[in-house]
Amino acid sequence: MEKFETLTGVAVPLKRSNVDTDQIIPAVFLKRVTKTGFDDALFHAWRQDPDFVLNDPAFQNPRVLIAGPDFGTGSSREHAVWALRDYGFAAVFSPRFGDIFRGNSGKQGLLTGQISQEETEELWAMIEADPGIGATVDLVERTLTLGDRSVAFEIDDYTRWRLLEGLDDIGLTLREEAQITRFEDARESWRPTTLPAR
Amino acid sequence: MGRTLAEKVWDDHLVVKGEDGSPDLLYIDLHLIHEVTSPQAFDGLRMAGRPVRRPDLTIATEDHNTPTLNIDKPIADLTSRTQIETLRRNAEEFGIRLHSLGDKEQGIVHVVGPQLGLTMPGITVVCGDSHTSTHGAFGAMAFGIGTSEVEHVLATQTLPLKPFKTMAITVEGELKPGVTAKDIILAIIAKIGTGGGQGYVLEYRGSAIRSLSMDGRMTICNMSIEAGARAGMIAPDETTYEYLKSRPHAPQGADWDAAVAYWETLKTDDDAVFDAEVYLDAAELEPFVTWGTNPGQGVSLNDRVPDPALLDDPNERANAERALEYMDLAAGTAMKDIKVDAVFMGSCTNSRIEDLRAFASVVKGQKKADGVRVMVVPGSARVRLEAEAEGLDKVFEEFGAEWRFAGCSMCLGMNPDQLAPGERCASTSNRNFEGRQGKGGRTHLVSPLVAAATAIRGTLSAPSDVVATGSTLPPVIESVGVPAGAQSTAEGSAR
Repeated sequence: MEKFETLTGVAVPLKRSNVDTDQIIPAVFLKRVTKTGFDDALFHAWRQDPDFVLNDPAFQNPRVLIAGPDFGTGSSREHAVWALRDYGFAAVFSPRFGDIFRGNSGKQGLLTGQISQEETEELWAMIEADPGIGATVDLVERTLTLGDRSVAFEIDDYTRWRLLEGLDDIGLTLREEAQITRFEDARESWRPTTLPAR
Repeated sequence: MGRTLAEKVWDDHLVVKGEDGSPDLLYIDLHLIHEVTSPQAFDGLRMAGRPVRRPDLTIATEDHNTPTLNIDKPIADLTSRTQIETLRRNAEEFGIRLHSLGDKEQGIVHVVGPQLGLTMPGITVVCGDSHTSTHGAFGAMAFGIGTSEVEHVLATQTLPLKPFKTMAITVEGELKPGVTAKDIILAIIAKIGTGGGQGYVLEYRGSAIRSLSMDGRMTICNMSIEAGARAGMIAPDETTYEYLKSRPHAPQGADWDAAVAYWETLKTDDDAVFDAEVYLDAAELEPFVTWGTNPGQGVSLNDRVPDPALLDDPNERANAERALEYMDLAAGTAMKDIKVDAVFMGSCTNSRIEDLRAFASVVKGQKKADGVRVMVVPGSARVRLEAEAEGLDKVFEEFGAEWRFAGCSMCLGMNPDQLAPGERCASTSNRNFEGRQGKGGRTHLVSPLVAAATAIRGTLSAPSDVVATGSTLPPVIESVGVPAGAQSTAEGSAR
């Protein structure tokens, strides 16, 4: 995973709430067995509409998505994160995220920052007044800046640290190998195993 | 201070307690795998040269993509076939037990785990599927994970996780006839919203929950994620033990006794404090149905399509307006005046034997409404066999419904079972998102009893709207899920 410190790029307003992962990527695209190449699938149904924000020439090659509350609810599909990442997004902001989506994002280097509803609407208005305006995300300072307006976003310390360091979760966990083995040795015999039943 | 059920199970799986804001490392007792969210995880293992740490705590089945017709033929859709074949290769290479299409233990992963007796109280269960919350019905800590986490569990049998907050959802009282577990959970989601449970483990409690069978409890816990919660739990009791006892993987002999002794401790302590609490009166609940495009947009079946203009929150208003446009519904329309094109009876929410029995109890001796397509999809091959042994397949066929093979089917339309654009469906599944059951399809979430009555009348209907044909027994419209052992109501004091 690459380290994430700061990033500057075009910000897109997604003025919808409850954007579930079925909307981010419909199930029909989940049949692939690869981890990349999902950019065409992102918001597939909505992109058929010429008025959809991503079809606006002002928002080409965007890096930052600013969405309404409850972004990424529903299905656990990590493909939603891959599709956003493949399309070019590196950071998503919303007043509230689906839990599984937020966890998945952190593991793939996609920053999810929480900002208030008021700030979200304020930034939407700024982008509408100046479509294509650049945004700067500073993970060290935890700020999102558009023009001369800077808002602080929330991200938990641990995810922030991992993004900043670009650390791989499995490698981190395997440092605790001895503890895992000790736990397994003490595991009660009534607990299930999937070996063929009696 | 006492601890909640969720906190007890969490504490008993701590491998490493996180410090300074880092997450806890939790041991995973059971990892369920299916074809959609696993290929990239196995790829990751291969690339890093890592083995599966505990194949003996891992089990795989094919469900999301599988056809529900002609299952003896090669899968026509090439990408679906590739995904299934990839799972088979991965299971073989990494030594994981797999129940493939055609096997009698194949089926929806959340139906298969419990029916094998692998799901039990006090364990941790994960799966790359958000409806893993289903298994919480046994008093397990069960939640959906993403593909990176699937890889993590395969490699380490653990997950780094921040503790959840706890929310008690207490449902007291007796359900009216025709009101079931599905109606309870739809009412809960309408009350707390699709984001209301975010960051929480929900614990469902109270006499109405205690009176439910395991199948009913699974329906409730299954939809915890639709309220934003990753997990939902119900404390184990006699109903749980009775269900589990004769299952193939249930502990035996001294192990059983030791397990039950432990399971008896898995109740929220009297002096435990939840971070949030919600109450519902079971007696006030009616059959419930959704009108919009998220599971929180629901009303009583006797109600009308709400008017977005009456919503205060501008976001919710815009959301409701969009939903009505997509659903092609006008505010003020009586829900019962809404005509459907299709009825889907299935999914990990409602495809167990009791769900099929409930549906059959209403449609027995009836004919489906003209022009309505009715599909009945059992949750597993074993449920299918069980239903056939009881003659339910004949009831469905005489009614005019299609009796299919097991899988996720039209819940998410990854196989050919999809709605056509503009088609409207009464569905016993869990998500009414835009396009979920097929591009442009419109979904109303309902219980099996409401699905059955709707299939007869062609409009959204309660079982009490159905006139018995006279040639057969009148429909049974008792609430589904009164357990065989009525003694379990005494467990209501376990709170």
